[in-house]
This record gives sequence, structure tokens and C-alpha cells, in this order.
Amino acid sequence: MRDELTIKIAGDAGQGMQTVSTVLAKAFKKAGLHIFVNQDFMSRIRGGNNFSQLRVAAKPVFAPRERTDIIVSLDKESASLHSASVANEGIMILDRQKTGITGNEPSYFDVPFYDMAKKAGGSELYANSAASGILAGITRLDFRHVEEALKETFGDKSADVIKINIDAARLGYDFAKDNFKPDMFAIKESGPNGNLLMNGNDAIALGAIRAGCKFYSAYPMSPSTSIMENISRYAKDFGIIVEQAEDEIAAINMIIGASFAGVRSMCATSGGGFALMAEGLSLAGMLETPIVAVDAQRPAPATGFPTRTEQADLDFIIHAGHGEFARAVFAPGTAEQAFYLTVKAFNLAEKFQVPVIILTDQHLADSSRDIGAFDLGNARVERHIISKEDSKKVAGYKRYQITKTGISPMAVPSWIDDVIYADSDEHTEEGHITEDAHIRVSMVEKRLYKKMELLSQEIEEPARFNIESADTILVGFGSTYGVMKEACDAIPRGKTGFVHLSQVWPFPSRQLAALLKGNKKILTVENNAGAQLAGLIRRFTGIEADGSILKYDGRPFDVDFLVERVSEVTSHGRR
Amino acid sequence: MADVKDFMSNDPIAWCPGCGDYGILNALKAALVKLGRKPKDIVIASGIGQAAKLPHYIKCNCINGLHGRSLSYAAAVKIVNRELTVIVTTGDGDCYGEGGNHFIHNIRRNTDITVIVHNNQIYGLTKGQASPTTDEGYVTKVQPQGVILEPIRALEMAIALGAGFVGRGYSANMEHLSWLIVEAINHKGFSLVEVLQPCVSFNKKNTHEWYSKRVYKVNDDPAYDPGNFAAAFQKASEWGDRIPTGIIYRTEKPSYGEKSGLDKMPPLVDSKIDDIDITSILKEYA
Repeated sequence: MRDELTIKIAGDAGQGMQTVSTVLAKAFKKAGLHIFVNQDFMSRIRGGNNFSQLRVAAKPVFAPRERTDIIVSLDKESASLHSASVANEGIMILDRQKTGITGNEPSYFDVPFYDMAKKAGGSELYANSAASGILAGITRLDFRHVEEALKETFGDKSADVIKINIDAARLGYDFAKDNFKPDMFAIKESGPNGNLLMNGNDAIALGAIRAGCKFYSAYPMSPSTSIMENISRYAKDFGIIVEQAEDEIAAINMIIGASFAGVRSMCATSGGGFALMAEGLSLAGMLETPIVAVDAQRPAPATGFPTRTEQADLDFIIHAGHGEFARAVFAPGTAEQAFYLTVKAFNLAEKFQVPVIILTDQHLADSSRDIGAFDLGNARVERHIISKEDSKKVAGYKRYQITKTGISPMAVPSWIDDVIYADSDEHTEEGHITEDAHIRVSMVEKRLYKKMELLSQEIEEPARFNIESADTILVGFGSTYGVMKEACDAIPRGKTGFVHLSQVWPFPSRQLAALLKGNKKILTVENNAGAQLAGLIRRFTGIEADGSILKYDGRPFDVDFLVERVSEVTSHGRR
Repeated sequence: MADVKDFMSNDPIAWCPGCGDYGILNALKAALVKLGRKPKDIVIASGIGQAAKLPHYIKCNCINGLHGRSLSYAAAVKIVNRELTVIVTTGDGDCYGEGGNHFIHNIRRNTDITVIVHNNQIYGLTKGQASPTTDEGYVTKVQPQGVILEPIRALEMAIALGAGFVGRGYSANMEHLSWLIVEAINHKGFSLVEVLQPCVSFNKKNTHEWYSKRVYKVNDDPAYDPGNFAAAFQKASEWGDRIPTGIIYRTEKPSYGEKSGLDKMPPLVDSKIDDIDITSILKEYA
């Protein structure tokens, strides 16, 4: 019996690897197992080589692995591309007749799943379901879980189509049971755990809906687009308007307008789109209009790798926009954090009338994990604008009134009897254009110093693991949470701990200085080439990291890679 | 009833004496008095340029943002609160240059906003460079051999893109302009009012005298039908010895608010958001 398995389904775009992983993820989840699914796809609609990787385990899993126990190759190219990642005693399942694969690797297992598809439904289209059945059979998963998962996945299809899919899966399942020994890959089942299977973008969309976002505007850009698709799916039921803008410049300016008029609003994009939004971000800072913007990073410069992952926008995002103004930047590491931090982003943006940016990446955006149910009591809306009722009492309103805290009460146009002037020029308390030096100074201090001070009081505490007994501490932000956690668990002797930042601006310098004190080896773990986090730590705490484990090939860290790299660095005592 | 005093702002005006913008400001105030709406129920959005300063000189809500972007935030203000009257004051550079893409797509978007383009055929704020509407051959410091680009034909563009209301006014014909603005605001959907406006400091060609000799009012001709697309397009292309003003094109079409369903919902700004129940969505992930 195994308590953990890694499965990969590879083929060309359009062969539906994602469908197989979706069906299996649902089926294994029904069997009470924990799931992590990540997608690796090329920027094309058909052809190329894509894969879905599925980890199934008795304990929670958070990150991809390189070593794969079972690989299903749906085409010829996949077999050669992925044979190096087959684990010891792992297998590669392929259909020799269909794909014409002739090689004779000991790991190859010939399974005629295209024939099974034809037998079940008269078409090779059902090969995916046959493959799902085979994988379920090899692992001895109860077939009724597969059947239910297929019904859910193809819920919008006709009863006939659903039946054919189930039949194809059954053929695969029975074949696997007859041809694979039960002790090879059988995995322990347990009871249903009620968890939710969700990726980072799902969580952000849900967080936005929960937070009362009523206006969303964006221009489609991978890997941010599924946030827009998700919100659109529920827009009608929840009274949300999703407006596809003509460009990212329009998108951010539209949400600024909506927010000025009193409505919680959000936009999302990737680095290239965010570059266009930089001007609008500065406007939000100047107008003191609350907005929430997502940068789902992908490898850059310029177009880069449109469908892959990177964390190289960190320096850009904390500085984006001309001039000086306060902002907050969250960097969730998990879908749970993405959900709660999205709600917090809306509250914080409104509380301090600042832009709040959620910095994610393709890996977090597209990877699904089973997570515990959300505690909606910890995801509450806190409003900070002058309510409609209180608006009746407002007189002599000044949009940029100088107050002790730096926060001027925010009124909604037409709710108060006065008019509201919001201006991108330097302005008086009333919001009219001025060039007065004294006013300038007080407005700069309000927008920068006072708001940064307020934001600094509400910084998300960095997550930490095993830092007291560790002699090596990994430090990361955003999507590397899971891989750092699993690597620290996997490295023997318990000498490695980690610190994860889910907020990178205001930079948690005080918190980090306390966490990283003492004679420990500090290694940043970053999906970029510039060791940007190490640079920020140096700049804000004076602490010089002993090294950085960097990955900038457009692929996420996997547990095996990180364990190996940490072991190399620590055993060689390299500084 | 609203009075012109209700729209008085005490912010000192920073335009050159004799600027055509004063005529537009007065015409707009007169139009708002005629419409009878309260200042608090009106939002004027603007970008950058001399036209963009206008919202400070009138008492209404104002969002004076970035160069070229005013249509974006104006459209969103209308989307989230359809009870507001939303007006944009922009210029030939702001609207047709920097904001060209937003001009195109907001005509398509067709939110119920009125866009007043102060067209002085020159850049005033940056001191006299060519604008997208500067006549070919006009000499500036940046175009010392004369402008070689053809001017943008914004009215033709707007009609071709499907704008439901396209008009042109002249800043010196205040009453006519004020009437035109009222008609534009009353139009359901995107309305464009381009206003010819002499720049007394930097445009030595298209002066008061130059415009006064040329402009005429198309709607004085009872035979002119602003609902006739082909005729309107032809009229919009007229530029030279005679320049048409008035309602060039008008047609009714469903606005963004109607097509999106917004008009049948309470304004988004009134949404109750304190405890939104998302359990129905969460079930889909179980």
C-alpha cells in the first residue's frame, strides 16, 4: 500500500489531459485522499506538449514533484519527453498501437486505451476516460468514485455521453485490475473530508465576491483570465458587472471610476498588462481611491512565457507607478491565503483609501489543492466609507481634509448634499488644483508617510516553520509556500525551517529581523533570476542572505528539486 | 428649481482671457440649469488639458484624472450609479490623441454619458504643438515645416462607430451650444458634442473670425434629417469654407444600461455587501 502517489498525464494540447486530472482529482478526493494538481501547458490551442500532474496522498500535499510514479503518455512525443521523470519502480503507460512508440524502456507498459475508447463509444474521443479508469484501477480506487466524478465532470453532457465515458473508464479499470498487481500502486482510502478542490484564481474570485466587489474590469491575459471568467460565471446571481475593457489602461481607470462612485472594484492582469496599469495605479494613489488589482505573474520581459510561471515582478510591483504613494502588496502562498487576503485587500484598500495589489503567479493561479472549508466569519466585509444614512449629516465636505491619521472621510457622490472634487493634480483639501508648497508637503505626508505607517500596523505576520531548532532558514513569498513546507518536512534531521511572506509591502522588516536573528544560514527561495527578495531583505533589515535558490526556467519549484538544492548548499557549507 | 448660482464654483479660473472655454463653461451651466438636476447628482469627469480644468470651475462632483483616460472612469461611474448624470469635458488632444482607444471603445460601450470635446485644433497646455485636429500645413515649433499628418475626422469616426448622438457646437454661439448640450444629455446612450473653440494664445489660424465666417446651423434647414445615416456622414465630412454645427446625427439604440440589465437593477452603489452568502458557489468546489 502506498500513502502517496504522483501521476502525470501528458499529451498534445487538445488531447484533454486536464480532463483526466480533473476526473481523477475528484475521484481520489471522494476517497478521502489529499490532492495537488498542477498544469504545465504551452501557449497554443493544439499540438505541442502539455501535462497535468496529480499528487494523491494520505496527508496534505502542497507542491509538485519531479519523480513521478505513473505517467500516461497520450502521444509519441510525451514518452520520450517524460521518461526521465519516471520514479524508481515507476511506470509509463502508453498505447503502442496508437502512438507508434517502439522503444523498450523497462518502465513502459502497453495499454490499448484507444481501443477501449472505441469499444465503449465507437470513438477515440473517449480515450481520456479509459485512461482515468486505468489509473483508478492501478491504484485500486473504488470504481464508484470514478463513476461519480465522471458524472460531475460531464454533468452538462447528455446521458448517453456520460454513459459512454463511464463504460470506457470501466474497461480501463478492469484491464488495470487484471494486469497490474495490487501491491504496486494501491493507495489507502479513507472517508470523505469535505474539503474543497480549488486553485488560486478560484480563491481570488470567491474572495472578491465575498468582499462585495460589484465591478470588475480587465483585459484577458494569461494567467489572470480565469479570475474574470469565474466572476463572470456568478455575476448575474450576485449583481456584479464584469466589463472586458479595451486595454489594461481602461480596465484600471474604470475601476477607479467605479470606486470613486462608491463601489468595490477590482482588476487583474499579468506583468505586461500591469505595466500599462502603472499610470492608473499612480492615479489611484493620488485620488486616494481604493482599488484592488491582481498581478498574476508569468515569465517576462515582454511577452516571455505566456502560460508559465515566475516571480520576477516583485521589485516592479512594489514600485510601480510614478511618484510616491502608499500601497499594500499581498503575496498569497496558498488558495486559502488567496481567499482571505483578497477579502482583506478590499477592506484595507477602503480603510486607508489606497491601491492594494495581490501578487500571484501562474503556478498558484492554475494549481488546485484540496483545502478545508472557509471560515466566512474570518472573511468579513468592513466598510469605511460614509454610509448612505450618515451621509445626510455631512456638511462642508472636503475630499482631502487633513486629519491626524492622514485618512480623510470618503463620501459617495450624490449621497451627500455637497459635491466631491477628486483631482490628480496636487490639490487642496477641497480637491482643487494648487501649487502651494505647504499644501504639497502636507498632502505628500498624508499619502505616503501617514498611510504607510497605518499600513505597517496591519502587516500580515509571516508564516514560520521550525525556525527555532533549524540551522538553515528558507525565506520565500507567494507561491513557494507549499514547496518550502514540503521540502522542510522531507529534509531529514529537522534542521531546516522556513519563513513565508504573504505580504511584501509594506515590507515586513521588523518581523523579518526578529525571525532571522541568530547565527543561521538564510537562503531565499525565489522563482526569479535576480534574487529580488534577498535584495529587499538586505535593504530593509540589513540582513545579508547566505544564498538564494533561484529558478527561472518558467517552471515552478518541485519538492525533489528544492530538497536536492538545499541539501547541496547545506552539506557543502557554502556561504 | 436649479439656478445658475447653484453651479457657481469659487475656484479661480486659470484660462487665458478670451479663451473659448469660457463660452463652453457658460453654455454647460445654462444647460444644467435647464435640466434641473442638482449639482450633487452630476459628475463631470476630465483628463488633462485646458478643457480638463473645467470641472473645477463649476459646482458639480468632479473626477479630474489622467490624460486621455476620462472616458474610462466616466463610463464606470455611470455603470455603478445610473442615477448620476455623467459628463466628460475633454479636448482634441485628450480625447482623440491620448485617449483615442477609449474614444473608439466607449462609443461601442454606449454608456449613457455625454462627452464634450473642446476642439481648439492645437495643444494649449503644452504651448502650441499640433493636435490630432490641427489643419495640415499649420506651422508650430515642433512642426516647423508645417503639419504633415491629416487631421482626425472625429465626427465621421463617431458616426461610423455607431455613436447614437453626434453634434458640433461653437463656443461663441452660447445659446445654441447650451441647447445642443441639453439634447446630448437627454440622449440615452453615448453622446458626443464637439465644440469649436478658438485658442487665443496658440492657434493663429482658427480664430474667432475664422470660425465665425464658416459655421452654420444644420438644424435650421428643415429638410436636414439627423436620423439619416448617409446624409449625416456626408454632413460630418464637411470642413472648409462651411462648417456645420448642431445635431449632425441622432438615432436611438439600446444603451449599455439596457443591454447589461443594469437599468432593471437597483444601482450597484446601493448593493448590500456586508454578509454576502457564497455557500452556493463553495458547494461547486466540494
